[in-house]
Order: sequence, then structure tokens, then C-alpha cells
Amino acid sequence: MTVGDAVDVPLPARVAAPVRPAADSFSLHGRVSRTVLRKPLILASALFIVAAVGSAVVVPTLPLGDPTEQSVVRRLKPPSAENVLGTDRLGRDILSRVMWGTRISLTVGIGVVAISALFGTLVGLLSGYFSGALADVLMRVVDILLAFPPLILAMVMVTVLGSSLQTVVVAISIGVVPRFARVARAAILAIREREYVLGARALGASTARIMLRHVLLNAIDPLIVLCTLLVPAAILTEALLSFLGLGITEPTPTWGNMINNGRLVLREAPWLTFFPSAAIVLTVIAFNLLGDAIRDALDPNTKDFAAPMRATGGA
Amino acid sequence: MRRLFERLVQLVPTTVGALVLVFALMRIVPGDPAAAMLGTNATPQSVADLRSQLGLDRPLYQQFVDYFLGLAQLDLGRSLALRTPVSTLLWQALGPTLLLTLGGTLVSVVVGVPLGIVAALRRGSWADYVASVGALLGISIPVFVWGVLLLLTFSLQWPLLPSAGAGADPLEVVRALILPSLATGFFQVGLVARITRSSLLSVLAHDYVRTARAKGLGPQAVIGNHALRNGLIPVLTVIGLNLGTLLGGAVVAETVFTRPGLGRLMLDAISARDYPVIQGVVVVSVLFVVVLNLLVDVLYSAVDPRVRA
Repeated sequence: MTVGDAVDVPLPARVAAPVRPAADSFSLHGRVSRTVLRKPLILASALFIVAAVGSAVVVPTLPLGDPTEQSVVRRLKPPSAENVLGTDRLGRDILSRVMWGTRISLTVGIGVVAISALFGTLVGLLSGYFSGALADVLMRVVDILLAFPPLILAMVMVTVLGSSLQTVVVAISIGVVPRFARVARAAILAIREREYVLGARALGASTARIMLRHVLLNAIDPLIVLCTLLVPAAILTEALLSFLGLGITEPTPTWGNMINNGRLVLREAPWLTFFPSAAIVLTVIAFNLLGDAIRDALDPNTKDFAAPMRATGGA
Repeated sequence: MRRLFERLVQLVPTTVGALVLVFALMRIVPGDPAAAMLGTNATPQSVADLRSQLGLDRPLYQQFVDYFLGLAQLDLGRSLALRTPVSTLLWQALGPTLLLTLGGTLVSVVVGVPLGIVAALRRGSWADYVASVGALLGISIPVFVWGVLLLLTFSLQWPLLPSAGAGADPLEVVRALILPSLATGFFQVGLVARITRSSLLSVLAHDYVRTARAKGLGPQAVIGNHALRNGLIPVLTVIGLNLGTLLGGAVVAETVFTRPGLGRLMLDAISARDYPVIQGVVVVSVLFVVVLNLLVDVLYSAVDPRVRA
């Protein structure tokens, strides 16, 4: 895979690199933009994501049909000029439904990562920085949550909390937070005993300042990488829930419930299944490629520590 | 042995905690689960009857004690919809799901490990490329898309394999297992290949491998007896970490391929609001993860003598 290769910097850039201002070459932005945007595949992924996010934002203003409008006469029509991606069993426009589905998927992806990053970092920071009863209790809770298969946990949570966009985000996050906390804690533990942290403590810096400024800020790289890789994982989990008929249900269009619908007429009308499937796969690939690229850019030496986690969040 | 014992002791509070959490989850259902189960045309009398049948009218601590006493005797109550003991339903469903999880693991190991070995030995070759792309596709294509694709190709287009059920006689069982196993195991194939590759590469750089080569051992003996033994430990870790995910994948594959199993049982229970059954499936899936992780630990010590110390 091109992402995994050594960073292939074109010659002019190599020559130009030393004269760049130091701030740029070490800043997050500098490192990421230099490695990420040089590769066509990564650039394509980034553009795809920008386009997906953009269309998710503006979809209500687009000249698309109502995604829930049914039409008996236009049932199961193959792609045509009128319905570019065809219609489903209730005569609803698939293009419109796929576009509206983007909204749900991205909202879930971003929502889950926001919640997981917040609570996961908090738990990781508290249990990694302090040792003692609090850390023990927190890690015990993390262990308990890790004993649940993530999808089963999400299924139960949705059943218990009821199904809506918000509950789906919460249900998925409950399985992701402990996994995030594990990584955050490991990163914090590695930084906690560094000389500059001891130095800051000797200088009399407050605990809050040491934790946030000296420890967290230096442990942030793996967490950023984790965030970018958890977005696709969360999108997949939402799709699985919708596919199973849990989570966000009809008539609201999601990629997962569209595929579940199309499955019943797979041979007669494959476009029902094909287009939402393509939407999921392309979006998730784009996020994964970009996440891998950001990981390589931030630290080319890291192993794929998120690999098991991605899969864990994803199925 | 001692390590194993320590692990076992560590697992007890985690498992008990998880079981307490399941109990709590089933009781934070908003509103009255009995009323929710009976729907809108329930009379107060029928709701009260169901509450007493479920034991919901008893004090919470009493329910809690009953729950754990029941668990200790493998008694998980009775299904509300089917009137059969939950343990019987779970017992019936566990077999097909375990088979499928095993099948999925088998697919990922049988395809992933050799692919990873070839990728490590011939870096930059087609195998290396396939392993990388496979890993990306594996984590990017959801189980059901892959399952629907397999179903369409090998069951509907060319009717080679059954599209539903788990089979009755041994041959049928195997035939019915192939497509769901491929769908379930696929996400892990590329991952296993990539881990095998990187782990083998780091092992091959060790002195003892060079010594083995210098002794005049052929590549098969060097890789097979020396390198692979250490190289496979991270693969075990990944498989262990992903067992819960694999179980989730199996649940989804069961829906795609209309197979009986825990997933089917769980979904039916959810739509019927059959809480004792839901609770039972969650308990079993937690025990599944805990026990299999322990099993992976046992395998560690079988592969790596250093762990035994």
C-alpha cells in the first residue's frame, strides 16, 4: 500500500526543506500537509472527505427529491435520467437517500469520536497521571467494558435507550471510550516520568498545568491518529446497527438500512444495495487512508497500534 | 502455570463486574419493561402479572441476589415469548455461532498467515501488495456488504452453496459454513497478514535466526522452526483482541445468511422485547470473550516457553 511506504518527498522539496522556517517543519500542520498532500491517493481521499462533509452540510438545499417521498408508480426503477441512481421498493429516490444518509453517517462518526476523545482522554489522563485508588477503579471499569463485544454492547444500549441519532452515538461511544482510554493511558504513562515533567514539577507548576500542558500536549499525537481512525470505525458500526434494524430506522435513510432493504430484492434490483454499499466502502476507505497517512506523517516509526482497535470498533 | 492462575484471579472481578453491569442495564430501561413488552393494549392486571412473573415486583437487592444465584446454577430465567428456559435457547444457539466464529478465525489464519509470510520474505512483491490492500479493504468493507456480495455470487448467480440455514448432516453443515465464515473472517485476513509480515521481519533480524542459517539449515527449517514460532505471537494477540469483534461479525453474518445462532436469537428477542433472553445472550457473549481470552493466554505459553516461567 502506498501509505505504508517511506515518505517519498520529491527532490525540490528535499532541497527546500532546510530553509523552511522551523515552526512550519515541526508543527502539526507542517508535518501533516507535507506528507499527506503529496500523494495522489491521499489527496483524493482528502478531497472525497471534504466533498462528503460539504454535501452532508448542504444536502437540504440541493435540488434533490424528498428522500422519504413514496411513489407507487415508480417502484424499483433502475437508474435513469429522472432518478439517477434508481428508486427503491417504495419508489423513493436512491440518490436523495444516499445523500441524506451521508449526513447520518458523518454525524455519527464525528459525534462518537468527539465523545470518546473527551471521556477517553479524561479517563486516560486521570488513571495514567495519578496512581492510586482512583486509577485502579477507572481501569477496572475500563476492563469491565472491554469484556463486552462492542457490537453486542451497542445493540443492548440502543435497545435500552431507544433508537434515535443521539442514542446511537451514545451506544457506540460506550464501547469506544474504554478503548480510547487504554491508548490515552499508555501514552500518558510514557510521558509522565520524562525529565521535563519532573522539571516542571520542581519549578512548582500546578498539577493541572503539568497534566494539560506538559503531559497531555506531548502525548497528543497518538490520540489524534486514533481519532482519525475511529471515525470510519464508528461509521461502520452505525451501518451495522442500521442494517440489523436497530439504531436509526425507517423512514430515515441510512446506508445500513438501505442495504438491508435492498437485500430482499438483490437479484431483481441490485442498485438498491450497490449504491449505499459503495457510499460506505468509499467513505470508510477514504477515512482509513487519510488516518494512515496522518499516522505516518506524525510518526513514521509507530507500529499500527490502532489496527486491532479499528477492527474492534468496526464490526 | 502461575501466570495463568494470576490471570484467572484477575478475570474474576472483571467478569463479576460485567455481570453486574448487565443486570443494571436490564433495569434502567426507561419506563416499565413489563408495560413496554405488552404494548399499548395492556391492562393494569396483565402488567402486574408480568411484573411478578419477571420478579420485577420484588426489591432490587432480592432481584440482584436471585440473578447471581440463577447464574451460578446456569439458570437465566424463562423466555417470555417462547416460554422455554433461556439456557436451553442459548445452548441451541451457541453451537452454530461458535462454529461460525471458529470458521471466521480459520479463514483469517489460513489465508492471512501464509500471505504474511510470503509478504515478509518477498518484500514489495504481489503478496506484499495484496496483504496491504487486503488489510485496508478488510477494515473498510462491512461484514454485510461482503456477505451480500458472496451470497449474490456463489448462492444466487451460481447456486454452489446454500444461501440459508446451518445444515443438518455434517457435509451440509460444512457447506453452509463456508460463505458466512468468509464474510466473518475477511476483515481479519489482511490484518493478520500485515501483523505476520511485520513480526516475522523483526524476528528474522535476530541473531539466532542468523545462527540457524549459518548452521546450514534450509529456509524451511529456519522459517518454520525458528522464526515463525516467535513471529506468530503477535498474531495470537490480534486474534485474541478481535474475538469479541468476530463474534459481532458472526451476529451480522447470521442475519445475511439467515443462520440460526446467538445473533438471530438476540435480534428476535430485541424485537419481542424478551428481556430475559437479551440478558442471557449478553451474559454468554461476555463469558465468551473472557474465556477465549484466557484460552489465548494458554496458547501463548504453549507457543512461547518464556511465558511459562
